[in-house]
Amino acid sequence: MTSSALEIDPEHTASSRKPRSIWHHPWIADRAPVVVVVAALIVVWYVAAIAMNMSLVRDAFEREETVYTVSDLIEGTLNAERPLVAAPHQVVSQFVDSVFDYPPDSPRSLVYHGFVTLSATVVGFLLGTAFGIILAVLIVHMRTLEKSLLPWIICSQMVPILAVAPIIIVVLGALGLRGLLPKSIISAYLCFFPVAIGMVKGLTSPDPIQRDLMRTWSATRAQVFWKLRCPSSVPFLFASLKVAVTISLIGAIVGELPTGAQAGIGARLLAGSYYGQTLQIWAALFAAALMAAVLVGIVGFAERWTLRRMGARP
Amino acid sequence: MQASTDLSIEGKQTAAPALAVAARGVSLTFETSDGQVEALSGIDLQVKAGDFVSFIGPSGCGKTTLLRVIADLEQPTAGTVLVNGVRPEEARLKRHYGYIFQAPALYPWRTIERNVMLPLEIMGFSPDERRARAERYLKLVNLGGFERKFPWQLSGGMQQRASIARALSFDPALLLMDEPFGALDEIVRDHLNEQLLRLWNQTGKTVVFVTHSIPEAVFLSTRIVVMSPRPGRIIDVIPCDFPRDRTLEIRETPEFLKIAQRVRMGLRSGHSYDE
Repeated sequence: MTSSALEIDPEHTASSRKPRSIWHHPWIADRAPVVVVVAALIVVWYVAAIAMNMSLVRDAFEREETVYTVSDLIEGTLNAERPLVAAPHQVVSQFVDSVFDYPPDSPRSLVYHGFVTLSATVVGFLLGTAFGIILAVLIVHMRTLEKSLLPWIICSQMVPILAVAPIIIVVLGALGLRGLLPKSIISAYLCFFPVAIGMVKGLTSPDPIQRDLMRTWSATRAQVFWKLRCPSSVPFLFASLKVAVTISLIGAIVGELPTGAQAGIGARLLAGSYYGQTLQIWAALFAAALMAAVLVGIVGFAERWTLRRMGARP
Repeated sequence: MQASTDLSIEGKQTAAPALAVAARGVSLTFETSDGQVEALSGIDLQVKAGDFVSFIGPSGCGKTTLLRVIADLEQPTAGTVLVNGVRPEEARLKRHYGYIFQAPALYPWRTIERNVMLPLEIMGFSPDERRARAERYLKLVNLGGFERKFPWQLSGGMQQRASIARALSFDPALLLMDEPFGALDEIVRDHLNEQLLRLWNQTGKTVVFVTHSIPEAVFLSTRIVVMSPRPGRIIDVIPCDFPRDRTLEIRETPEFLKIAQRVRMGLRSGHSYDE
């Protein structure tokens, strides 16, 4: 460094960078916030478990007229068989037990129930996405349909699904359809909506200039659709799909409730609440959350892959 | 001033083929929510094939609207327009013209090469022909080697050059350019003006060019059409007879300054600054 006026702040030059503390290592700096939040949540969860289960455990001790200490009390709240709020370690161990301790075709295995729900979710998601895209294409190409269809589409989403689901199950059951398909249809009923709305937005997103260009080349309607509207709608499609995939999981679970709880995550939730098996409910919720995370992750991966091939900035 | 004596556009097909654009009594009134806006009024204009004609005028004087009428992007409410001797719609369907907008409007999901090939795809050229033409026209606008880049990887000037290559790719006889360099800085604009002149000189195309820059209009054009706003009218047509292979140096010559002065006078007379 020569003149002081031109000297560059040594903090910002690559050559003179000081060895930084471990907290600035990119691997740690990226993950630290997530870890801290999760840790805080677990602490809150434990505190809540102790507080909520306290009276339950104290009553039990007093009923048996045993002498107990505070640590007995706390230990009791964290290991109750049917707690009001299950402690995190109980949920994890119940989850691990029901995933690994039974063969995957056993009705006690969460893998079995998870797979039942997952297949209904995937079929429902595919049906709903296809239906949503078709609706959007029709709406974009026929202005009258926008006025006539859109109110119905919006109304369909205002009816509580818990009320509609049994009707669909009963009607389809009367038509001889049982098992996977009715659940998938309930799932599709919920998830077509964000896809239709997102795709209407996406298919109408091209600039006036981009459309004028097509006109100066005398492009046909089909060419405008495939070469302009479709590619423009892809980012909108993926944003909708992320919402749709979680909704279709919820739809599949709700669809399992009115069938008498034979199989699936929904069945586990219902059976758990019938028999006061709190831990079973929590483990099933855990499984549903995990499945949702994986499904959103897969859609997110597909999104990044597709958009990179379509020249998105990295 | 407007050499309209030798013209006879009474029927529809009688226009001399040497006229790239012939407008007669063209008016256009837009219906807007707060009443009618007269965008163009009684436009008479002839553009000879091979000419470079600029429309100049303040914002809102209808020069872009006039260009859009020629391109069949707007319909005039009165008067007739012939493009290469046929109605604008027919000219559009026959792909007689290439239109270059203010913004490059490249499709962001296509590489530069595939952007240039897009009109060719739409017009049904064979894949080999598309590739050959994309290569040829990208070279012509000095973008050889950028075929595989996406638009965002190029500067604004390069993007606009790619859009010119795209308009040239199907070899239209007429280029309609709507302030193509308006968004670029002056250094890039000078450079592109020179390139455009060279291109025009090489290809022998007719260019109709919209601008609000006086030096740009005088430097590029063989004729300058001065327009005034509300309603859009032609107030002067100025011949500009520099050699076709002119260079930026002519901007210092007295002739250049004289023409620029006449354009400025025209603009001033047509525009009341009291509004």
